[in-house]
Amino acid sequence: MSPHRTFATTARVLTQIRHDPRTIALLLVVPSLLIGLVSWIFVDTDVFARIGPAMIALFPFIVMFLVTSITTLRERRTGTLERLLAMPMGKGDFIVGYALAFGLLGLVQSAIAVSFAVWVCGLDIAGSIWLLFAVAVADALLGTTLGLLASAFARTEFQAVQFMPALVFPQILLGGIFVPRSQMPDVLHAIGDWLPLSHAIDALDAVANGTHDDAWVWARIAFLGAWIVGAVVVGALTLRRRTA
Amino acid sequence: MDSDVAIAIDGLAVRRGKRDVLHGLTVSVPRGQVVGLLGPSGSGKTTLMRSVVGVQRTTGGSVTVLGMPAGSAPLRRRVGYVTQAPSVYDDLTVRENISYFARVLDAPAVDIDRVLAETGLTAQAGQLTASLSGGQHNRVSLAAALLGAPELLVLDEPTVGLDPVLRSELWALFHRLADAGTSLFVSSHVMDEATRCDRLLLMRDGELIADDTPAGLLQATGAPDAEAAFLELIRKREGAASASHGRHASDGEPR
Repeated sequence: MSPHRTFATTARVLTQIRHDPRTIALLLVVPSLLIGLVSWIFVDTDVFARIGPAMIALFPFIVMFLVTSITTLRERRTGTLERLLAMPMGKGDFIVGYALAFGLLGLVQSAIAVSFAVWVCGLDIAGSIWLLFAVAVADALLGTTLGLLASAFARTEFQAVQFMPALVFPQILLGGIFVPRSQMPDVLHAIGDWLPLSHAIDALDAVANGTHDDAWVWARIAFLGAWIVGAVVVGALTLRRRTA
Repeated sequence: MDSDVAIAIDGLAVRRGKRDVLHGLTVSVPRGQVVGLLGPSGSGKTTLMRSVVGVQRTTGGSVTVLGMPAGSAPLRRRVGYVTQAPSVYDDLTVRENISYFARVLDAPAVDIDRVLAETGLTAQAGQLTASLSGGQHNRVSLAAALLGAPELLVLDEPTVGLDPVLRSELWALFHRLADAGTSLFVSSHVMDEATRCDRLLLMRDGELIADDTPAGLLQATGAPDAEAAFLELIRKREGAASASHGRHASDGEPR
């Protein structure tokens, strides 16, 4: 790996996106619009106060997962990935370069989503808004890196799109949004406790309701960080210079 | 290792899915020449080129490129590769594409203008690649492969869809590069490009049926042009096969 190839890749990905203003708009605005929609649906109830924090975890995570997995898959289909891997390009340079570019977009996206949820939709935050933001960014990065991992595994666009329900939906279902994890069967409870999105949701809930101290929340962020690093490493190892 | 040899292939076998694409191919490509790989589509040209670049999973045999096993790390900056479909970013301008690949290759910045000029893309440098014509699009891909002045260029059908003027300009460029010492391995399914090569490899069904100079090929077959020579070779092989039930006609191995 070499830093200048990693950063050249990050700059290149951002330049590509800069040429496509509609993608930028969709990427930055869609999660906030969905959060706004949820808050509108439950306008006269206390439901949004309860599930609002989870929505901040959910929508940026899904959007970043989809965008990343499809973008990198396009790289494979057009032959540019093959060309790069026939050049002195490290597999890690490629994955980390992408993670940094989309991580940066995720950062902006999370800032907008958190601000929108708090100041437009009126989500009450008992804890620190900065901490809420930190969890949201980690969560968006998680979506990005899991998307990279999925596209490293996927061989076709069809497979990449299928990875979305396969990798994302179980995390949503077992994350405790619909039913608290403690009320699930023991096996599902145990699985849910190890899935990264569960920890993002728990951490956002904790900050919003002020139920845990900052150290507990940072521990959840560290858990997300471990998944992020793991996904990058496995994604880089999965890329193959030689293909059939 | 013989320093006159750019590519040495010995018993190369490749299986893709359930199909044997190459079954024990042996050939060597000399340095500093334009060597054409001709054959109908589906004859295994791309698979052979991918094996030379080291991105193809092979099932047997060896490929030695510039004295090293194909695909070894030091070769990644000594071999330039152009895939059949233009492998560049549609949503970047021509210059952005080339500068990115230059940074990956550690090629000097002056290289960017050089390769743009060599491929006649200077005027289109600021244009979005997606807005280019098919031929220009291909040339962006070629320009990226010329960065860093690689010792070996592997070009998979670089002249497809180009008008005759541009095609002859590109062949002139290939010969200038060869004169300067670069080895070129160029595939084509257009037989009339055969005469532009210093040496020809003819492929069919994953097998090499000729390895000769264009003049030598015409002389050996008595055919007026490469297309007729190709047909003549196939006829001879099939005649020999049905006569002796052997698979290898002697004219397939002129070495």
